[in-house]
Amino acid sequence: MAEAAPAEGLAAAAWLLIALPMAGAAVLLLAGRRADRWGHLLGCATVLAAFLLGVLITVDVAGLPERSAAVELFTFIATGSLDVRAGLLVDPLSLAFVLLITGVGSLIHVYSVGYMAHDPGRRRFFGYLNLFVAAMLLLVLGDSFVALYVGWEGVGLASYLLIAFWYRRPAAATAAKKAFIMNRVGDVGLALAIFVMFAQLGTTSFEGVFGSVEALAGGTLTALGLLLLLGACGKSGQFPLQSWLPDAMEGPTPVSALIHAATMVTAGVYLIARAAPIYDQTPTARAAVLAVGALTLMIGAIAGCAYDDIKKVLAWSTVSQIGYMFLAVGLGPVGYAAGLAHLLTHGFFKAGLFLGAGSVMHAMGDQVDMRRFGGLARKVPITFVTFGLGYLALIGFPFLSGYFTKDAIIEAALDRGDTWGLVLGGVAILGAGLTAFYMTRLMLLTFAGKARWTDDQHPHESPPVMTVPMILLAVGSVGAGFVLVSVAPLADWLEPVFGEPAEPEHVIAPALVAAVVTAVAAAGVVAAWLFVGRREVPLTAPARVSPVTRAARNALYADTVNESLFMRPGQWLTRALVWVDNRGVDGAVNGLAAAFGGSSSRLGRAQTGFVRTYALGMLGGAVVVAGALLAVTAG
Amino acid sequence: MSASLYLVAMIAVPAVGAAVTAALPGAPEGRDERAKRLALGTSLVVLVLAVLAALAFDPGGDRFQLTSSVSWIPDFGVSFALGVDGIALVMLLLIGVLVPVVVLASWRDTAPGERSMRTFFAWLLLLESMMVGVFAATDVFLFYVFFEAMLVPMYFLIGSFGGPRRQYAAVKFFLYSLVGGLVMLAAVIGLYVVSSSSLGEGTFAFDALRSIEIDPGVQKLLFLGFFVAFAIKAPLVPFHTWLPDSGAEAPIGGAVLLVGVLDKVGTFGFLRYCLPLFPDASRDFAPWVLALAVAGILYAALLAMGQSDMKRLVSYTSISHFGFIALGIFAFSTEAATGAVLYMVNHGIATGLLFLVVGMLIARGGSRRIADYGGVASRAPLLAGAFLVAGLASLALPGTNSFVSEFLVLIGSFPTRPVFTVLATVGIILAALYILLMYQRTMHGPPRGVLVGADDTTGGHGAPDREDAAAEAVPAAEAAPASETVPASAAEAGAATATATATEAAPRAGSLRVRDLDRRELAVVTPLIALILALGFYPQPVLDLIEPAVAATMSDVGADPAGTAPDTDPTGGTD
Amino acid sequence: MTLTWYLVLAAILFTIGAAGVLVRRNAIVVFMCVELMLNSVNLTLVTFARATGTLDGQVMAFFVMVVAAAEVVVGLAIIMSIYRTRRSASVDDANLLKY
Repeated sequence: MAEAAPAEGLAAAAWLLIALPMAGAAVLLLAGRRADRWGHLLGCATVLAAFLLGVLITVDVAGLPERSAAVELFTFIATGSLDVRAGLLVDPLSLAFVLLITGVGSLIHVYSVGYMAHDPGRRRFFGYLNLFVAAMLLLVLGDSFVALYVGWEGVGLASYLLIAFWYRRPAAATAAKKAFIMNRVGDVGLALAIFVMFAQLGTTSFEGVFGSVEALAGGTLTALGLLLLLGACGKSGQFPLQSWLPDAMEGPTPVSALIHAATMVTAGVYLIARAAPIYDQTPTARAAVLAVGALTLMIGAIAGCAYDDIKKVLAWSTVSQIGYMFLAVGLGPVGYAAGLAHLLTHGFFKAGLFLGAGSVMHAMGDQVDMRRFGGLARKVPITFVTFGLGYLALIGFPFLSGYFTKDAIIEAALDRGDTWGLVLGGVAILGAGLTAFYMTRLMLLTFAGKARWTDDQHPHESPPVMTVPMILLAVGSVGAGFVLVSVAPLADWLEPVFGEPAEPEHVIAPALVAAVVTAVAAAGVVAAWLFVGRREVPLTAPARVSPVTRAARNALYADTVNESLFMRPGQWLTRALVWVDNRGVDGAVNGLAAAFGGSSSRLGRAQTGFVRTYALGMLGGAVVVAGALLAVTAG
Repeated sequence: MSASLYLVAMIAVPAVGAAVTAALPGAPEGRDERAKRLALGTSLVVLVLAVLAALAFDPGGDRFQLTSSVSWIPDFGVSFALGVDGIALVMLLLIGVLVPVVVLASWRDTAPGERSMRTFFAWLLLLESMMVGVFAATDVFLFYVFFEAMLVPMYFLIGSFGGPRRQYAAVKFFLYSLVGGLVMLAAVIGLYVVSSSSLGEGTFAFDALRSIEIDPGVQKLLFLGFFVAFAIKAPLVPFHTWLPDSGAEAPIGGAVLLVGVLDKVGTFGFLRYCLPLFPDASRDFAPWVLALAVAGILYAALLAMGQSDMKRLVSYTSISHFGFIALGIFAFSTEAATGAVLYMVNHGIATGLLFLVVGMLIARGGSRRIADYGGVASRAPLLAGAFLVAGLASLALPGTNSFVSEFLVLIGSFPTRPVFTVLATVGIILAALYILLMYQRTMHGPPRGVLVGADDTTGGHGAPDREDAAAEAVPAAEAAPASETVPASAAEAGAATATATATEAAPRAGSLRVRDLDRRELAVVTPLIALILALGFYPQPVLDLIEPAVAATMSDVGADPAGTAPDTDPTGGTD
Repeated sequence: MTLTWYLVLAAILFTIGAAGVLVRRNAIVVFMCVELMLNSVNLTLVTFARATGTLDGQVMAFFVMVVAAAEVVVGLAIIMSIYRTRRSASVDDANLLKY
């Protein structure tokens, strides 16, 4: 990793990237109703300004020889041998994320102006969104694992607030809590990783850790890798912590697009890519990343096939696509650029798809059940076209974004050349087929066929403030892949971070791979047509289905497992402990008090009130004392 | 005023203020009003004094500064010696901040029965004086005197102004603390005997005691004497059961000071007395203390989840947090112990805020039960916001002050005690659970409980009568199965009657308007929220105050004061 | 001449006094028995003072007398007031001061 020089010029102003949306959030949340009229405009302005600044900084940094700059801000925590500085690292990797976050973020902010126009809490919504952008930028710009962790939990908070935005709905409140807590499970992994770094290396900064990582023992490295992976799994909705992400769709749709599709959930990929120097030293942890990626890819794709809620299908698709990214970064140097390219293109088309879904919901009165859609292509033409382009990009239609970036991952997997490579590549190809199936099913149910609307629904196209961002994202969905792979290769841009891109040694010819993938995807499309498009769509999901379908509808029983393994035993344990504390511990204390009280009242009975009894007692006492004295002197 | 008099003044001013407040003449109505203003003024003076003391303090200078000493009982070598190191200083600042906030928060409280709020504020000021004394004493005997004297005002605050089971709670609090205190008295006397045999002349002066070598066997006994008192005060599991009762029954202001400051005397005592005076014994017992600490973190967190009473829940979260503090102290590393001291301050602010906000909610709804609330956020967004900030600070979210301290405790403990630290880290998941469960149940969802129909009926009168035991009362121990509330022993019989009457009358459903925070309440929460955020993003000035004293303590117990990480700092750039 | 007999006499007086306190009910009698015990002790003190040739014992005897006089004053006053309220001088009737 190239050493970052102290920042000069524009890069030194990188802190403004975080400060702008943070200030926006503060103003929006503190100003109260006074800001209701212009709050959304301020919210958009801060993020747009951050985007423009990000572009300028990128241009500036691109001109530097090492293409990175370090910004020292202030001493955050320094005591004993711990010295945590608040600092930013502006390098190609973080800049790629900055542009994605602020770019897609700006579009989604603009879209939200329309989407949330009739919501009385719109100002609060923009406040939270700005808070999210600030935290996310801190996450990717921080120059130490502690800074990353601060941003990491910050986005968790923003995600919590936004999922629970409509907090009157119990489902939204529960989903928000579930998301936060499952994220916290992952955070424990990240926190422990930081502790290990400090204990072993005495530092938590990227530079310090990566600079001396080779000195660590193999076991420690593997532990570090696995702990970081646990953190990444929590944030990115990967197995075994995937089940919060579909529930998070309870939040407003722009939130799903920005946080739970394009940016926050990809933070896990960022973490693993950022920690590349650690993973480069530990094949075991890297194998775990691969396994998690491949497994989640399939879980997401299978579950995506069975859901009827349009947002949940997209959510499972996100889970699955992030599985691809994990798979890619788990492959090591050959996969980093491919994984990140997929991350960026996915940011475009998945955000576009979610915004499209939001537009459909907008048109259908917040209906999310695809069985009540149908025939919408004519009613919402712009949404249909933009959504369709996103769809084609996602399933890997030739020469659209997904085609380039997903194929690159599959190629990289196959290029391992061993059995594992074939297995992983096979899984990835199968996943591509499933992706094509469930996305085609979604398209057919939503836009094609007969209208299955409820009586009070009158679909209409969304206003321009919503459609323009969708169009721009659709453009990105179409072109981003080509640009990132061929025109301005991401691999070259990231070279200061991951080193010279290795010239791939193809085991199987890329053209052949592309053909196979396309064919499998086409098979998925055809299958969807056969199963869904040709048939009458029942208004309620059929109850008599195969066990496979039932398992898929229950997301392979992840929630059931969580409930029976953790939640119920936890509740039982809590109840038991409350009993123990009240009856056992406190009971012992109260029992002791009662024992004292009881024995004192019993002893008090000796106090009869008869003077002569006392006199006898005194005499007895005197005799005993005298006897004792005698015994002592005699003895 | 000479700098060394700041501490004397910080003890004297509130004591005098208390006396004046208690003796205020005049008709009852106006008198209470004047008492409040007087109390607020006095506590603000103390805050100013605390700030002045902090400004006069030089972190790089001697360990104890602003010292003053007057011989008190020369025959036994007792002197009225005051002085602060960085650890005590930050605690004084915490007291200075919390007391005015508490006075302001108790502004509209009403006393039960015939009692007058004037007395409440008098006790509060007296408590402040004692609390300052306990942290500022540099003479072990003087420390002991303040340690015990502190109980008296607190006993009356709980016993006279608390909830329906206040008598039971107050007696429990007093007896628990007294038992610990007496065991400590024995150890204090033992310490004196040891000092007179090794120095030739008995003394209670901390610095002199610190320098003597005590026989390891004797050390263990004396350590245990001090430890029991501090473990009860802190409190560590299993000496904790008085805190949920006291925390739940105490008036909100009292509860804030109880959990925010009073209990810190326990952890402060570990660091100030147990470690430097009995270093060998501390090392020997450390694994056991750590086991108690970690068990407490997890046990109390699980219990917090099982509570149905908000104040009890917050009390249990505190027990869990005290586990973190004890972990940081007995891990014997500078980072962890610095974190533990910062934790003491941060916990006072964060949990103080949480208690205050919960109190504001209870003042509106007239019930302590979580189940009586729901959807408060839609009626009182500011209240919900303050609640959320307090909750997030309590679960140590980065950006809030508690994160810094919890992070320091854990990262500092990990190199020396990895197993305990890993177990403790699980506590941060549980913290998220108990806070968010409470938040979701009370603030989110559709309006429920006391909020149903709240807008359309008679209400609008703000806080309910405190006397009205029925409205206020929540059977304290009413955890999941209701049968558990029936007290087991005869000692609780009286309390049981109170509980029974309380449950019969449901909280005043629908008769209250759930207002949002008013100006006074905003003035209560705003400074604390500001501190939470300020210390969350820039804790370094406070750390600089704390670290020298902690480093000195660490070298007393034989740990490397420079920290625990490997010597070679790779930041130098091996690349 | 041996002093033993004085001590024996004192012991006998003390025993009579003690027995009287224990068995009699009339407060006045009990009171006189107490006086008897005190005086037996006085006798012992004086005897030992004589035996050792010092004055300490005699001084102590004076102290005892003074205390006894004071005690009589208080004690009789109590007995009187009890008698006035209860029309009885029996010590067993004044047993309210109990658990």
